[in-house]
Amino acid sequence: MQGNSAPSTVINLKDAGVAAFLAWLIPGLGHLYQGRYAKAAVFFVCIMGLFLYGVYLSSSGQPLLDGQGTIGAGRAVYFSWRPNDRRWAYLCQIGVGLPAMPALVQAQRMASHRRVWWDGFMAPPWLSEQERKKAQELSVAPNDPNGNFDQPSLQDLYRRLHRYFELAGFYTMIAGLLNILVIYDAWAGPAVSCPGRTEEKKAS
Amino acid sequence: MFNVLLAAVCVANFWDMNLWYAVPAIIAVSLVYAATRHEETRQILRHAARVAFWITGFMLIVFVVLQFVSWLASGG
Repeated sequence: MQGNSAPSTVINLKDAGVAAFLAWLIPGLGHLYQGRYAKAAVFFVCIMGLFLYGVYLSSSGQPLLDGQGTIGAGRAVYFSWRPNDRRWAYLCQIGVGLPAMPALVQAQRMASHRRVWWDGFMAPPWLSEQERKKAQELSVAPNDPNGNFDQPSLQDLYRRLHRYFELAGFYTMIAGLLNILVIYDAWAGPAVSCPGRTEEKKAS
Repeated sequence: MFNVLLAAVCVANFWDMNLWYAVPAIIAVSLVYAATRHEETRQILRHAARVAFWITGFMLIVFVVLQFVSWLASGG
């Protein structure tokens, strides 16, 4: 498949579906597959830079309020579909594809009462201090590491990370939303100046 | 008088303004947006500069309006 960005430029989009999937998987990978190296570099640096900056801002080695653990890394990116915590922001964050996937694994492990991996990287927080303490009291083994009682609550995150928690969410959401534009570009070529398929059909 | 006060507030808060956190987002958004509309590097950069200018201008207008409202709310 081919698209035009200008009358003199012909773009080989190769298999547009594969390119779009790769563009979602890793920002810029779809363009790399199509041989559009400069744009691949721009997309990868900008989107991954924004996403990783968000992950960095929501990471901290500070102790939790009750001193049982530390805040950990990448806390602004997490998936949760619990009552009172529908994490709509993750729908934007998942736009960056693979880099946001650990959150799904961690949410699944947390929900099935198994120990979260990677020191809680992108793991969903407890909804409140009270919820965590209640779960710990009801647990057969209160010191069981599989209970994830050393993971932070939302209160921990707001108190320790302050505005950076919100900023990190903002950066990671913007990164995911930007990648939707990139996926479209990999699939159909440049949006404005590329009439794309319609023109191709007319030409044929 | 208001202009002087506004300028003083801006200068005083220049380095510790949270608005600095908008800079990486503005750069990334304008570059990605422009790159999804052009294929040539020069066109991308030119379009990105234009988009960044408009975003910054819009933010400045909102900033001035909010400062004005804040000034009014504090009794003028």
